[in-house]
Amino acid sequence: MQTTLKISMLLMALVVTGAALSSADEGRLKIATTSSLYDTGLLETIVDKFTEENGATVQIPSHGSTGIAIAAGQKGDVDLLIVHDKAREVKFIQDGDGLERRCFAYNYFYIVGPADDPAEIKGLNASEAFQSIMENGLNQPDQVKFITRGDQSGTHSKEQSLWKAAGYNYSEVNISGPWYVDAGSPMGATLIMANEKSAYTLTDMSTFMAYKGNLTLVPLIEGGDELLNVYSAIAINPEKHPGVNCRLANDFIDYLVSAECQEIIGTYGQEQYGKPLFFKGEDSCDVMGCSAEECVVPTQAGCAEA
Amino acid sequence: MEEIWNGVLRAIELIATLNPEVLEITARSLLISFSAVFVAAAIGIPLGALIELREFGGKKALVNLIQTLYGLPTVTVGLLVFLILSRSGPLGNLELLYTPTGMVIGQMILVSPILIGLTISALKGVSPQIRDTAVSLGADESQLIRAIIKEARFAVIAAVLIGFGRALSEVGVAMMIGGNIRDYTRVLTTSIALQTSMGNLEMSMALGIILIGISMILNLSLSRFQGR
Repeated sequence: MQTTLKISMLLMALVVTGAALSSADEGRLKIATTSSLYDTGLLETIVDKFTEENGATVQIPSHGSTGIAIAAGQKGDVDLLIVHDKAREVKFIQDGDGLERRCFAYNYFYIVGPADDPAEIKGLNASEAFQSIMENGLNQPDQVKFITRGDQSGTHSKEQSLWKAAGYNYSEVNISGPWYVDAGSPMGATLIMANEKSAYTLTDMSTFMAYKGNLTLVPLIEGGDELLNVYSAIAINPEKHPGVNCRLANDFIDYLVSAECQEIIGTYGQEQYGKPLFFKGEDSCDVMGCSAEECVVPTQAGCAEA
Repeated sequence: MEEIWNGVLRAIELIATLNPEVLEITARSLLISFSAVFVAAAIGIPLGALIELREFGGKKALVNLIQTLYGLPTVTVGLLVFLILSRSGPLGNLELLYTPTGMVIGQMILVSPILIGLTISALKGVSPQIRDTAVSLGADESQLIRAIIKEARFAVIAAVLIGFGRALSEVGVAMMIGGNIRDYTRVLTTSIALQTSMGNLEMSMALGIILIGISMILNLSLSRFQGR
């Protein structure tokens, strides 16, 4: 008898603690995102403003890379996805995991490298630059190296499409020699490695700006349509994942595209870095290459559960 | 849950088909951690014995410090070694950053306190009579050290295996010093971290199961060894 009593008391204690730790989910929004939005502090700034006005609790449990963010979305562990990899976003929605893709901000990728630019890419466009890095890297791997994220992140996806645009088959580039270094690391760690090894790499503009103070690398190519980097938000589909907080996800998306939030995005980093880290998506639907539906304000997606 | 079960199946498949990449990563993990523990043991065991045998001021504080360092955060060791080996650091010209040798140095620092500390504990267990006998038979200090280490060999070997387990399973040093470079410094733990960040949860689980399997084999061999 006594043992049963003890065990039931223990169980009760566990239940009470558990309940206290996990407050009601009604007003809680969980976002999975990519490192560039999180590490630069932009997303938290937006979240703070949103919670101030809305009273909701917003958490960002996943902020590593697009890969793990999408995995969290596929399992219904989060309510909202904010990433930058169009092809995988479209597939995510086609698979029924997400509702609508909403473009809300953009900037550009940079090709960065050592200031003496041994592969002489300055002034080229992105695909020409990749050709030159590869040719020089194959000939003199001691002088010319390229570091890849190698982690299926949004940046790594962009890199793969750039190799394709440059006329190469990525799976061949990947194993073509010691000049191509697969770091399997997040953006910050990859930039530090490129810096240590005096190598080239592809980086999103915002992470580079945030790390610039500690790097001797310089941006060698910093624009052009090929290097466009579009951020979008997708609410998780409650029909496929019952229990996700779709309403609050849509509220957050509506806030992202609101004039107030767009102003925050378009000026974020101005003071600290001398220029903003992101461009607002407002009125830039064409520039971002998004369809009219992907720029509609406010969101049309319904939240019907199955 | 599905990932766990699929991870088990995937792990069996990877082992059964002798997947070359997994074999290579596993071999690299073992080699790097073995080297680190070998060097740490070569220094740490005699050092631990010396500390245990000699009396000196601040000995208790020193032993306390060593024991505190058992739980040294791996990322802190990684950062420390990174700053030393970085191009702009004091040993930058050795070019050891992002190399397996750099990882060995980092892991060696990580496990040294465990080896020194557990050797001290192990030798404490050796009966004072054995020490006295050895000394009365005319043993000098190095002979005495050898005699009591031999006496406490099971506990010392256990210390080495614990150190090896820590080196093999840590990710902070491997990531920061090794850089997780494919075909060069990528080991089991950094692969697990990478596969997780890529969202390949089954593959990540499979690699984790392989790592646990290695630890299990180590422990089984230890208990067999001790059983004799």
